[in-house]
Amino acid sequence: MDMHVKKLGLKEKYAHMTRGLGWDTTYQPMEKVFPQATFEGIKIHDWEKWEDPFRLTMDAYWKYQAEKERKLYAVLDAFAQNNGHLGITDARYLSAIKLFLTGISPLEYVAHRGFAAAGRNFPGVGPRVACLMQSIDEVRHAQTQIHAISNYNKHYDGFHDFKHMLERVWYLSVPKSFFDDAFSAGPFEWMIAIGFSFEYVLTNLLFVPFMSGAAYNGDMATVTFGFSAQSDEARHMTLGLECIKFMLEQDPDNLPIVQKWIDKWAWRGIRVLSLVGMMMDYMLPKRVMSWKEAWEIYFEQNGGALFNDLARYGIKVPECLTQCSVDKEHISHQAWATFYQYGGAAAFHTWMPNDEEMDWLSAKYPNTFDKYYRPRFTYWREQAEQGNRFYSNTLPMLCQVCQIPMLFTEPDDPTQICYRESEYKGEKYHTCSDGCKHIFDDEPEKYIQAWLPVHQIYQGNCFNEGVDPTAEGFDPLAEVLKWYHLEHGKDNLDYEGSRDQQNFQAWRGMATQNT
Amino acid sequence: MAVNALKDYSFAPADSQDKFHGNQLLYVGWDEHLMFCAPFAYCLPPDTRFGDLCQKFMAHSFGYHPEWKQVDFSKVTWLKSGQPFVPDMDKTLAELGLGHKDVLRFRTPGLTGIAGTCS
Amino acid sequence: MSKVFIAFQTNEDTRPIIEAILADNPHAVLDEQPAMVKIDAEGELVIKRESIEELIGRDFDLQELQVNLITISGHLDEDDDQFKLSWLN
Repeated sequence: MDMHVKKLGLKEKYAHMTRGLGWDTTYQPMEKVFPQATFEGIKIHDWEKWEDPFRLTMDAYWKYQAEKERKLYAVLDAFAQNNGHLGITDARYLSAIKLFLTGISPLEYVAHRGFAAAGRNFPGVGPRVACLMQSIDEVRHAQTQIHAISNYNKHYDGFHDFKHMLERVWYLSVPKSFFDDAFSAGPFEWMIAIGFSFEYVLTNLLFVPFMSGAAYNGDMATVTFGFSAQSDEARHMTLGLECIKFMLEQDPDNLPIVQKWIDKWAWRGIRVLSLVGMMMDYMLPKRVMSWKEAWEIYFEQNGGALFNDLARYGIKVPECLTQCSVDKEHISHQAWATFYQYGGAAAFHTWMPNDEEMDWLSAKYPNTFDKYYRPRFTYWREQAEQGNRFYSNTLPMLCQVCQIPMLFTEPDDPTQICYRESEYKGEKYHTCSDGCKHIFDDEPEKYIQAWLPVHQIYQGNCFNEGVDPTAEGFDPLAEVLKWYHLEHGKDNLDYEGSRDQQNFQAWRGMATQNT
Repeated sequence: MAVNALKDYSFAPADSQDKFHGNQLLYVGWDEHLMFCAPFAYCLPPDTRFGDLCQKFMAHSFGYHPEWKQVDFSKVTWLKSGQPFVPDMDKTLAELGLGHKDVLRFRTPGLTGIAGTCS
Repeated sequence: MSKVFIAFQTNEDTRPIIEAILADNPHAVLDEQPAMVKIDAEGELVIKRESIEELIGRDFDLQELQVNLITISGHLDEDDDQFKLSWLN
């Protein structure tokens, strides 16, 4: 007997296994069960119009995710068994991984919570299923990154307490506040902040060229978790884009709200990416491409294509982005200069580029590096060689919104720090740019609560219990470092002369010689 | 604009002056000297003499710069929130009307940073 | 017209996939980078299940692409037979 069993097509299967799972509540009215779906002002008339272009259902999701995990853990085993840490180009590279572990991996976990919340708060079944998958992806990213990087923790300084540091260390407040800001908004703004701006517009800049750079620097473990995570990102980006399209197609009144969020979150994301710019241009001993080149490919070209496409809905390119074509030639240098001088309070090592690296920077930044940065960096290097290494001894002024020290320069004058000021209920607030000022002025009530590390230190909130800041000989920096769980002389300061440098040289020597 | 929220949304500022144990915040940046990546934040008693701000606190922060020794405070020009400001070295921050979280920029004519690059 | 792109990890699984994409999309441009391959194309890019199956000699489910996928750009439309990326403007 012939069996004619027709397998469901992808589209039918998706319809049955998502839409078919939803129901309307009867014991309680829907608006009481989903209170967060309306307060942001976004109007949705028909949740059924939500499309997931990947049409991924949970059964297929588990199958493919399991395969990704098997591949990843096979590599991690090989990495650990073969002393993979000795295969990297230079232990300076590890500073980038320390920054990644402390500044990015914990955010994956926050993203996990955020998407779980968004999935709970959306009444539509399509986005609920997509948010559920993304939530599981994000916790996978946090876990695999921690697992992969734990191999380095066995051998090198600075990897020991990322979770503790995230909530304390000054520069980690930058990425942390980005996610706190998004998570404390409603589910639609969260989707624009993380799903669209971060995932679609910006994540390529973090994961693609940087992970390719990890490969170039011999870091098999990081490349593998990076690309494994990124394989989920394609789905996340699609979700972010789908969400924007959905909101814009549902009601014309949604356009100004969506535009406002795009403007805000594109700018906030770009500020966070200053850290990535510096990782690419300064922290990878072997460089794949400059920050500027990555920006041009993944932001200007790709983001440009996206905004061209969204123009049909009336979406405009965020105004603040016009200054980015100037900033792309400066921010990585400005950010590295900042970490170099505050390297006493960083949980990784810093250094000045050598001659060959400076030549690479000159070639990649012909308009700016020699003119504005090389003389400064050369001076610092000379001073360091004479035993007078520059460490800034006073805390910097921070931007109230992005929380980065006020290091950015005016778009039309790279020799002038950009100062912007607002007043709210009689109190002054300072921001680093028109973009951040605009965000502050739009929702001052939110940003006046900012936990600014510098101000918190001055308020006396960043010392261990029992420490008396009024005692004779009180050393505030030393006490703050203890509170950070950062060991002075091991986790911080210059790469030159560090334990990481000495150990890496000694162990690599042992790996290639018999004596 | 008010924050869109499910409930009343109203909070005290995290950095009002009462939280600084009798001190106030003052920010100071040296124009055309970007070797110092950002303006500095000081936490000082309002009765700090302006002369002490310059000769003690700023000297400590900016002293690493090779041009610091050439700074002539009789020729320095100041901006407060971007507007011209003329301090009196003998007066205190409070007497000069410098409030909590005010920002000062100072300019040193003739000094243009490392190799003349505003570093 | 804007460019769409897709990037894969460089490995044995993706070699025939990339070969099939390049054969089906003559306007596509290959960009090989450390550990990854990026394919850029003006306007749109189509990945066909049948072309991949022909090269690997077994059934292929287009959702398998996700295992080695790094990133995409453009609107996606996927069904059982093809995976299409495009910009509408």
